[in-house]
Amino acid sequence: MANSFSSLVYWVPLLPLIGFLINGLCRNYLSKSLTGIIGSGVILISFILSVLIFNETRAESDALIVKLFDFINTNDLKIPFAFQVDRLSALFLLIITGVGFLIHLYSTAYMHEESDVHFARYFAYLNLFVFNMLLLVLGANYLIMFIGWEGVGLCSYLLIGYWFKNVDYGAAARKAFVMNRIGDLGFLLGLFFLLQQFGTLNYVSIMPAATGASVAVLTTITLLLFVGATGKSAQIPLYTWLPDAMAGPTPVSALIHAATMVTAGIYMIARSNILYTLSPVTQTVVTVIGLATALLAATIALKQNDIKKVLAYSTVSQLGYMFVGLGVGAYTGAVFHVMTHAFFKALLFLGAGSVIHAMHHEQDIRKMGGLAKKLPHTHWTFLVGCIAIAGIPPFSGFFSKDEILIGAYNVSPILYWIGLLGALMTAFYMFRLYATTFRGSFRGTHEQEHHLHESPLSMVLPLIVLALLAIVSGFIGIPELFAKDAHWLQKYLAPVFAQSNELAHAHHITHETEYILLGVSITLILVVVVYAWKRFASKPDLSEPSGFGKLLSNKWYVDELYAAIISKPLEQLSSFTLKFVEKKSIDGAVNGTGKLVQWSARQIRFWQSGQVGNYILWMVVGLVAVIVLMTTIFS
Amino acid sequence: MPIHYYIVLALALFSIGVTGVLTRRNAIIIFMCVELMLNAVNLLLVAFSKMHAAKLAAFDMAGNVGAEAQIFVFFIMVVAAAEVSVGLAIIVMMYRNIHSVDVNFLNRLKH
Amino acid sequence: MNISEILFWFLSALAIGSALMMISSKNPVYSVLWLIIVFFAISGHYILLNAQFLAIVNIIVYAGAIMVLFLFVIMLMNLNAETEPRKNRWLKWAGTIAGGSLLLVLVAALRQVEQSGADKAVGEGNAGLIQNLGMVLFKDYVLPFEISSILFLSAMVGAVVIGKKGD
Repeated sequence: MANSFSSLVYWVPLLPLIGFLINGLCRNYLSKSLTGIIGSGVILISFILSVLIFNETRAESDALIVKLFDFINTNDLKIPFAFQVDRLSALFLLIITGVGFLIHLYSTAYMHEESDVHFARYFAYLNLFVFNMLLLVLGANYLIMFIGWEGVGLCSYLLIGYWFKNVDYGAAARKAFVMNRIGDLGFLLGLFFLLQQFGTLNYVSIMPAATGASVAVLTTITLLLFVGATGKSAQIPLYTWLPDAMAGPTPVSALIHAATMVTAGIYMIARSNILYTLSPVTQTVVTVIGLATALLAATIALKQNDIKKVLAYSTVSQLGYMFVGLGVGAYTGAVFHVMTHAFFKALLFLGAGSVIHAMHHEQDIRKMGGLAKKLPHTHWTFLVGCIAIAGIPPFSGFFSKDEILIGAYNVSPILYWIGLLGALMTAFYMFRLYATTFRGSFRGTHEQEHHLHESPLSMVLPLIVLALLAIVSGFIGIPELFAKDAHWLQKYLAPVFAQSNELAHAHHITHETEYILLGVSITLILVVVVYAWKRFASKPDLSEPSGFGKLLSNKWYVDELYAAIISKPLEQLSSFTLKFVEKKSIDGAVNGTGKLVQWSARQIRFWQSGQVGNYILWMVVGLVAVIVLMTTIFS
Repeated sequence: MPIHYYIVLALALFSIGVTGVLTRRNAIIIFMCVELMLNAVNLLLVAFSKMHAAKLAAFDMAGNVGAEAQIFVFFIMVVAAAEVSVGLAIIVMMYRNIHSVDVNFLNRLKH
Repeated sequence: MNISEILFWFLSALAIGSALMMISSKNPVYSVLWLIIVFFAISGHYILLNAQFLAIVNIIVYAGAIMVLFLFVIMLMNLNAETEPRKNRWLKWAGTIAGGSLLLVLVAALRQVEQSGADKAVGEGNAGLIQNLGMVLFKDYVLPFEISSILFLSAMVGAVVIGKKGD
């Protein structure tokens, strides 16, 4: 039977869950090595299973639904707890478990300084995250996706705040969580709209029915879903949590905030690609937001001095590109970029982690420099990552980014040129980062220099594997320009996007134009790379930024802007309500009631004079009142 | 006489008794006012018994009709006499204890 | 206006006037005397209603025994106008108004009692005569009558116990 492994798909998320339970519940008893073996082992088994499933999906183009049980079963609302195995989810399974396993392996060495309990806690969180992420991509309906969606948000919160004793890190975790919640609300509303419109949340039922729905409804739904995506995938206006999320351990940044979780929004839109294709307004919004995010984040990254912050903004920027791809209908390109980005960004983050590990938790690139000789493996793998992200052929980033940009050109040349501008900036800041960190001379303290060491094998091995992937993974998507029918990924994903591709009537540019565009972009990128390398290798940018640079290094003051226009008024409102509503009105009412009772009690107390005469007087008054009442009522 | 006259007369005597209870502080006077109220009620009972007897007499059912009400009044007097003996004993004891018959001294109910 | 009507009005005025004097006299001894007059007036009413037995009992028990008891007590305590406790004027007014309004509402409420020519309390009928009442009392009500003697006995014992110079 062809689908023998695919029907066992539930083991893929189940294994990380088991790992989470073991590591979480037995964290007090497990040694570090055992924790590491369990934590990484379950992911490895999942990965092997994913490979087998992936292998099966290559032959099978139809989606396979594996129903486990009824999740919600009421009169007219039936939501099964089911997994959908098709080519899109299988590809994501590979990325998540593959990159996930490498990062788990890396973590066993990177987190080795932690105590046993916290080490196990870390792996428990990491396994839980993988479980939720797998749930997200495997779910056969939006509800299961939403469960995973919330789950990864939770794990992201837990892992960003992993060093919870640091108040700033806790604040960063909270920020990520709150920002995600804002997006999640949009996502949830989108789900309700879907449910109301289609009566079901199953992909297989919604997608064919989508063509029958009105454009306005689809636009509303897709916009709401996109709000969710902006939260989870760090797009304008909800992107500010991602750079702060670098408070977490570096492997976490690599796994969650570069390779997997942040691509959830892209996965979601790719999964509902028909809905988006049918609502052009949303597509335009997605494109504009994606492009704006790509540019904004790239400009901020130009002036960051924290090695992880640069990578964080670069992630935001790359995610922007993916959204551009989705917006212009280049779904394959977007998914392609998700994959290549997962490889090279995880590589870069892990490389940065290796550097930070060697530098004893120093993250400021101004205090590094000349690390190429000390950390040879880290150095060349990092360089590979930089080349890949900059988009220099034949590394993977070139192919995926190019596919997105060509897709953008098909819609409008302006999009292409703006996108290219972003790509140039990417190349610039990545090589600024590379040159400042690895070239020139060491600028740290002597003690740091003395202790500089290459990372252990379990950290280097993932770097090497990822570097190889970053180099070669581009070849699964060779554009038609170079070789006919060589775009393997497009063919592989064709069933998933078939309906959208039929609907979209994008005109394809001629090969001559494409050659020219490629030539221009490659030339420009190379020029920028060489310039940045030369400039920052010899004379690193150590001075405090001024003027426009200051604006950039302060991230366009977006956080301050949010604080001013959202947090401050809210805080003022709360202090107002605290002072006037809570203290004066509510407390006043409550205290007033008490005082009134006290006061009236003091007054009424005089009735209890203890003198018989008074009592009789009141008795007579009462008697008169009763008789008056009786006679007026009964007559 | 119309029964209303008796009703009003009895009510007037009763209300005077009530007013006396309300306006006086001397325990003995209050006690006397209570007796006055009792008598007002007795008078009304007798008047009603006679009215009742007169009504039934119109149907040739006279005889001892109305005797029960007067027996009732008689028993009220019996009880009143007993009550006065005990009540006066209480007032005497009160006078012996506080050297006054002012009920306002008896404000222990407050506590 | 025949003689009985004249007597009714006279006795009514006497009763009400004496009652008012009873509650307004400063001296308790006067109050007792005014009350005795009220009782006599009420006894007159009983006679008008042809209830001679009650009239006699009223005079003997109330005006005679009970009021003499009161007088005894008052004189024992040597109460007079000077020792009479005074009530606060406002409370006096309040009491008067309360009593007055009680009269008012009671009269107003009972005015609505069915009015017909038959509703008359007449001086006829022999039920109130001593002979007839004696028959009823000692035939039908002999047991309550005997029990009332036990009541008296216990009241007597109670009065003695309470009035005893206690320790």
